[in-house]
Amino acid sequence: MDPVEFLSKLEKTTIMAVEFDGGVVMGADSRTTTGAYIANRVTDKLTPIHERIFCCRSGSAADTQAIADAVTYQLGFHSIELDEAPLVQTAASLFRDMCYRYREELMAGIIVAGWDPRRGGQVYTVPVGGMMTRQPVSVGGSGSSYIYGYVDSNYRPAMSKEECLKFTAEALTLAMERDGSSGGVVRLAVISEQGVERQVILGNQLPKFSTV
Amino acid sequence: RRIMATVSVCKYYPGGFSFDNCKRNALLEADISKLGFSSPAARKTGTTICGVVYKDGVVLGADTRATEGMIVADKNCSKIHYISPNIYCCGAGTAADTEMTTQIISSNLELHSLSTGRLPRVATANRMLKQMLFRYQGYIGAALVLGGVDCNGPHLYSIYPHGSTDKLPYVTMGSGSLAAMAVFEDRYRPNMEEEEAKRLVRDAIAAGIFNDLGSGSNIDLCVITKGKVDYLRPHDVANKKGVRTGSYRYKHGTTGVLTKTVTPLNLEVVEESVQTMDTS
Repeated sequence: MDPVEFLSKLEKTTIMAVEFDGGVVMGADSRTTTGAYIANRVTDKLTPIHERIFCCRSGSAADTQAIADAVTYQLGFHSIELDEAPLVQTAASLFRDMCYRYREELMAGIIVAGWDPRRGGQVYTVPVGGMMTRQPVSVGGSGSSYIYGYVDSNYRPAMSKEECLKFTAEALTLAMERDGSSGGVVRLAVISEQGVERQVILGNQLPKFSTV
Repeated sequence: RRIMATVSVCKYYPGGFSFDNCKRNALLEADISKLGFSSPAARKTGTTICGVVYKDGVVLGADTRATEGMIVADKNCSKIHYISPNIYCCGAGTAADTEMTTQIISSNLELHSLSTGRLPRVATANRMLKQMLFRYQGYIGAALVLGGVDCNGPHLYSIYPHGSTDKLPYVTMGSGSLAAMAVFEDRYRPNMEEEEAKRLVRDAIAAGIFNDLGSGSNIDLCVITKGKVDYLRPHDVANKKGVRTGSYRYKHGTTGVLTKTVTPLNLEVVEESVQTMDTS
């Protein structure tokens, strides 16, 4: 008779981000679980940190929401002081500082991605433990294990925006099919100099593969 | 050096969990067990609470049973708490935690509202609640459904004990949340009319009451619209106490008395002392 919400809420998830020339494409599933119950089937795991910087959240929902709120505040303050758009690397560093300092208390795997005028589209990954590294393609969350092969074999450098969107949607679909902790809808975001475009691909509109 | 006036009376926490009470609790536990007793179990509201956003606002619903282990401690407790004139919050989990948390945030929000000169926003209440619950890392067992109407329209949040929140058009919490969610997933539509929304919430709570052992008794509703709040307690007395069909008293003489002996106890007063009460 224990209430479901005393278990901590996890976003075990599949998250992904890809750099292309001129910006980044980010994607995530939409499932949040408490134990075996899906607490939220339409979660938005692509969280805005600044106008052209987003993060994908995986791990403990409470931890990642709290970290994202703190970094949003710090980055906003920094941006006002600088009087210009912050760098994606700065945002990633702020995430890294917090995730590393409190690594024993936190369970958070974050992918930071965005566009800045200095270096264009960038993807930085900050996994559990607090490492930070820049990667052209990054996957995260419990569902990522199932798609490393697909990503490694299908990624080509210098893909266009549309190719990146298709690549991300297909990778996420494959992960969601095989990982019990991922599911729901596919949320996509494209960040470029022009701004942010967001998309949702509903369950019946996901790409079809022959075995799934 | 000038210090900005703060809007909350609460102690400023430098960060992290406050261990002040842990030592005291440990000593109390040790003392109590030495005497052979066990410390009282926290009263939990094994509950069904839910909320729904409809055309003109939000409808919040809750059952009214509070349990202490397997016993019903309160058959008609109120789980829909006041936060501000336009924001109410249903609470599931540890009864004391939900009560105190909502009261603290209600107080701070009133001060904040006086400082800003504006009606408080639901997002503000959500922030305050999630930041406090995260600070306590889940040890404050408060699972909340926060709903209200502000200048940006109607809003509904679910808030978990560890401090994560979800902003959704319909939410359920508590031990009966799965039963209530089943009703919502079947019949929820966006932009419902008020009567339909009230019926939906009533049915969701009823599902929790009749299918979950931790929930029971009556159904309370709270309908919040722009400028008006209908606190319907009770909205539906789903479990009326039955009327006994006959008298079950035994008539005098049912048990035959065989013998009767009376033994007076001669007690002598050894000492008599009077202690005056301090009425000053």
